[in-house]
Amino acid sequence: MAAYIGALSLRRLLVAVKNASLPSRWQVVANSAVSYSTVPDPHEKTFDKILIANRGEIACRVMKTCRTMGIQTVAVHSDVDASAVHVKMADQAVCVGPAPTNKSYLNMDAIMEAVRSTGAQAVHPGYGFLSENKEFARRLAAEGVAFIGPDTHAIQAMGDKIESKLIAKAAKVNTIPGFDGVVETVEDAVKIAQDIGYPVMIKASAGGGGKGMRIAWNEEETREGFRFSTQEAASSFGDSRLLIEKFIDNPRHIEIQVLADKHGNALWLNERECSIQRRNQKVVEEAPSTFLDGATRRAMGEQAVQLAQAVQYSSAGTVEFLVDSNKNFYFLEMNTRLQVEHPITECITGLDLVQQMIRVAKGYPLLHKQEDIPIHGWAIESRVYAEDPYKSFGLPSIGRLSQYQEPVNLSNVRVDSGIHEGSDISIYYDPMISKLVTYGATRAEALAKMEDALDNYVIRGVTHNIPLLREIITHPRFISGDISTNFLPEVYPDGFKGHQLTAGGQKELVASAAALHVAAQLRSQTFLGNLRVSNSTQERRRWDLCVELGQERHPVVVSRTGHTYTVEVGGDRLEVSGEWDLASPLLPLKINNTHRMLQCLSRTASGEVCLQYMGTSFKVRVLSQLAAELSSFMPEKVPEDTSSILRSPMPGSVVAVSVQPGDTVAAGQEICVIEAMKMQNSMTAAKTGKVKSVHCKAGETVGEGDLLVELE
Amino acid sequence: MAAFTVARSSCRLLSGLRTSFGGLARVKHGVVAAAASQTSLQQHSRRYAVGHLSVHERIDKKRKEALVGGGQPRIDAQHKKGKLTARERIELLLDPESFVEYDMFVEHRCADFGMEQDRNKFPGDSVVTGQGRINGRLVYVFSQDFTVFGGSLSGAHAQKICKVMDQAMMVGAPVIGLNDSGGARIQEGVESLAGYADIFLRNVLASGVVPQISLIMGPCAGGAVYSPALTDFTFMVKDTSYLFITGPDVVKSVTNEDVTQEELGGAKTHTTVSGVAHYAFENDVDALLNLRDFFNFLPLSNQDAAPVMESHDPSDRLVPAMDTIVPSETTKAYDMLDIIHGIVDEKNFFEIMPSYAKNIVVGFARMNGRTVGIVGNQPKVASGCLDINSSVKGARFVRFCDAFNIPIITFVDVPGFLPGTAQEYGGIIRHGAKLLYAFAEATVPKITIITRKAYGGAYDVMSSKHLRGDVNYAWPSAEVAVMGAKGAVQIIFRGKENQAEAEAEYVEKFANPFPAAVRGFVDDIIEPATTRKRICRDLEVLASKKQVNPWKKHANMPL
Repeated sequence: MAAYIGALSLRRLLVAVKNASLPSRWQVVANSAVSYSTVPDPHEKTFDKILIANRGEIACRVMKTCRTMGIQTVAVHSDVDASAVHVKMADQAVCVGPAPTNKSYLNMDAIMEAVRSTGAQAVHPGYGFLSENKEFARRLAAEGVAFIGPDTHAIQAMGDKIESKLIAKAAKVNTIPGFDGVVETVEDAVKIAQDIGYPVMIKASAGGGGKGMRIAWNEEETREGFRFSTQEAASSFGDSRLLIEKFIDNPRHIEIQVLADKHGNALWLNERECSIQRRNQKVVEEAPSTFLDGATRRAMGEQAVQLAQAVQYSSAGTVEFLVDSNKNFYFLEMNTRLQVEHPITECITGLDLVQQMIRVAKGYPLLHKQEDIPIHGWAIESRVYAEDPYKSFGLPSIGRLSQYQEPVNLSNVRVDSGIHEGSDISIYYDPMISKLVTYGATRAEALAKMEDALDNYVIRGVTHNIPLLREIITHPRFISGDISTNFLPEVYPDGFKGHQLTAGGQKELVASAAALHVAAQLRSQTFLGNLRVSNSTQERRRWDLCVELGQERHPVVVSRTGHTYTVEVGGDRLEVSGEWDLASPLLPLKINNTHRMLQCLSRTASGEVCLQYMGTSFKVRVLSQLAAELSSFMPEKVPEDTSSILRSPMPGSVVAVSVQPGDTVAAGQEICVIEAMKMQNSMTAAKTGKVKSVHCKAGETVGEGDLLVELE
Repeated sequence: MAAFTVARSSCRLLSGLRTSFGGLARVKHGVVAAAASQTSLQQHSRRYAVGHLSVHERIDKKRKEALVGGGQPRIDAQHKKGKLTARERIELLLDPESFVEYDMFVEHRCADFGMEQDRNKFPGDSVVTGQGRINGRLVYVFSQDFTVFGGSLSGAHAQKICKVMDQAMMVGAPVIGLNDSGGARIQEGVESLAGYADIFLRNVLASGVVPQISLIMGPCAGGAVYSPALTDFTFMVKDTSYLFITGPDVVKSVTNEDVTQEELGGAKTHTTVSGVAHYAFENDVDALLNLRDFFNFLPLSNQDAAPVMESHDPSDRLVPAMDTIVPSETTKAYDMLDIIHGIVDEKNFFEIMPSYAKNIVVGFARMNGRTVGIVGNQPKVASGCLDINSSVKGARFVRFCDAFNIPIITFVDVPGFLPGTAQEYGGIIRHGAKLLYAFAEATVPKITIITRKAYGGAYDVMSSKHLRGDVNYAWPSAEVAVMGAKGAVQIIFRGKENQAEAEAEYVEKFANPFPAAVRGFVDDIIEPATTRKRICRDLEVLASKKQVNPWKKHANMPL
């Protein structure tokens, strides 16, 4: 490090000093073992200033490497993002428009103007937005600004799914049977689907990330899928062309990271297994895959490199494959950009992909040979989303992060995020909160660390998918590596319901809640410096309580010695000890000498406690025996009948309303379509009935829980 | 009421049975420790008394009768309505075994309409009174017993309440009333009315001396409503409590309006429309447990300091979320509750009147364990402007805090008073003056934080430096000015072209905290993240604040 600083120019030195004084988590990450190494060669001249045409975590991720390389950074942002983390982190920031992405982050004119006005020599597009937009790459090239990514030619060739498939075939890459052309009409779609044989996949030609993608098992679904995919493709990519191909049932999604330079060199950096998906969007990824043997890995890697070379690819890219149970693999698509899940590859190879992309863009040849690329240990990535996992494995939720703590104090944990406490998760952008990456020498180690990290992750103010993530990574099928892209629907055929408590788990939860209740009770009798308090209550040593969990009531007896509570529940005695810091969101406990990290989500004066246990939040009510007995006299409040009203399950905008007051609808019939986070969701009637009133119209923005339609 | 009296004589037949086993069943909660200790004495005395009951036996019998109030069928009926009995309520409200009952043997003195008969006498009459502890702190309680003559107020009933109130004043301890009463004891006539007045007088005399809390847990109608109205806080229970001057039948006959009990005087009406009640709880259990929690915020009397509790929340905690909470567009709303929850101890904020005049937020919280009263404009509702209802709501709360040594923390984001004929005709001048009056008169520590707008007269009102604010802060987003830029420019540069330029100039000059800061009207411009730390430090300093208003018999507030 000393020699490295010595060789730096004065300006770089200043940047390095500025970095060193940053007490933020960026440093923590850089120091932890989960890191890649970004050791820039001081003699290798690089860009002076890079503009990052993106937002959120990926913008922050790119800036982090830029800093280490001594490159100045320019952030672009929409007006609602003016105080976002990526803006604060950058050396310079330019506002490129209002909140909607097509007016800001997709606004090429404004971004080009930002490049000019700041004098940035290169642009890193991140992923999404303009990252695979050939027009953008072309405009940059025309002004002599480097695009940190592949050439326009490669973007174009791979960006179009139809063309990419033809190129892949020519390059001797295994491909899926399907129709190699644009589908013009619904009738065409139906006919093609019949020719290929059901099930088929209908997807946007320009698409990616699961948007504009539908599976059809019959003619009716083909028609519906064609309609939705066309609309989604048009709104997401401005290109409504669709293609249809054979849908491979029960496949695994395994992708190969490639890295190529402008001198004809290309490497494959091993695979990432991304089979855990919901609605074709990845949730948990790992590297390497439990499924591949050396030979298959090499075969896939070599085909990926063949494809890259066939399009003169340069920069980092990802070749996605579907792998069936016989280890046959088929080319799916190539993503000509840095992938969301790139950190796990960095963990096992030790390479900084962003740094390599910058080097390649500057024209340097690759430093590594294929035999230099290792697989060191195991890395898992969980995508932490602001969404409700209990609704279709995740429907977007919005809100303000009223409290937010990343588990970065744990070793071998890397958190890539672009938000902090107080940030808003808005309807305008992707609801991803962060990418939580854990690393271990073995898969088991990485998984254990992930459990720990998820338990220590504090997120308040928005609904998040940690319950689902924690269930996935502790599920026996996942642990044994028996997964496919259908993992979620297979494991949770009736939808995700959260952690299912075992009898032992139930007792632990009941005991923890009871002990917490007593600790809080005792504190509420602790008045400082007040002489008018009777001290008789302090002498209590035994509490008879009743803990309600779900429909069950558990009578418990609690006694105390210091910070340890002995709880008798259901014939067992549990010793619960902890610090009992009632202000902290984390509740680290030792239950019968086993460490458990619980979280206290809320606690009310009337005994309601919401505890996060094993990732899932449980509502518990702790009452004294007396209060519990008297509670039985309290009237049940009748909850609102929800079968006759339709409420928006998430915030978003109304795309279409298909009914009018007076219409008769059948159960399951579409009532309206809500678009949120660029996904269209069809809202259907829960029962057959007559429409009483309609409270929304197309084009309106609705919040979660807003009344849409009432039935009689 | 008369019909009711007739009806209840039949159930009296069962009372013999009740005493033998029904009564014992209820005793198991051990409301009165004294009753249990009587048993051994009674066994002794039995050897000497032959033929008729000994004094000890009579004591025991009376106590047992008192414990079951109007008898098991009535208790069952009460439970069936989703309500607890007077004694169950007390037991849940107070610390275990802390209740000391007074006047268990008091009976009504009415001799008309057959009331003098033995079967119409109930030991303790229709109210349970005494004192006990909530988390170890003394409190006086009366709990009206609906199972005895519908909880109606007799002379004896009133006398029992007056006794605990007098003692509460003498020792300096709060009074909690659990109201569940059909109204006046009609058989007693004027004696009952006199009883109400005796209570009203004590409510008034105790006002500002000891905290008084009313929890309405059943009907409370007619003159009876004025006792809760005179107390500091009126809480209600949803679906089972009513407060009105006259019930739906009389309303129908007088004004020909069709209205249900719930619509006329239910918890929802009084917490959202009339502003009579300060909070509505789900049910009896929920209400009593929450009342215990609420009680911990209050000092015992005006002679006691506000309580300081052990807090686990570091007083120097930085709150980074505060830095981004105020939107960059000055016209955009945000939730003042987010600021309050972020800054106070453990996000614990007991909001008073959360559903009424929502453009102002008031309630109790703690800072480093110390009780504070919080007042904040709510930009999310009606831009946080001050109107009649919000002024009155704020004023009453500020006066309570001032009376009971509770420091006041004010968060200001106010665009002004709400204009319009509705407000002017309603007397916004008179009502707005109440809030001004309350802040000006208050001598407790006053800390003010201007988060964004502080425009016009409303700036002055909201605990400004000029009204003896002790510490006044501004966030960098603060704008202290006579009015918003647009309005100001239209007046200053009336008729001139280039309004946009003038507006920009005005914004540059006034839409920031400097004009106030250079004049010393705010003491400092602080980073929002440090607000909690600053307030905690200031409260420690101001704990010894002494400030006295000029002597007066009493002030003449613009009622």
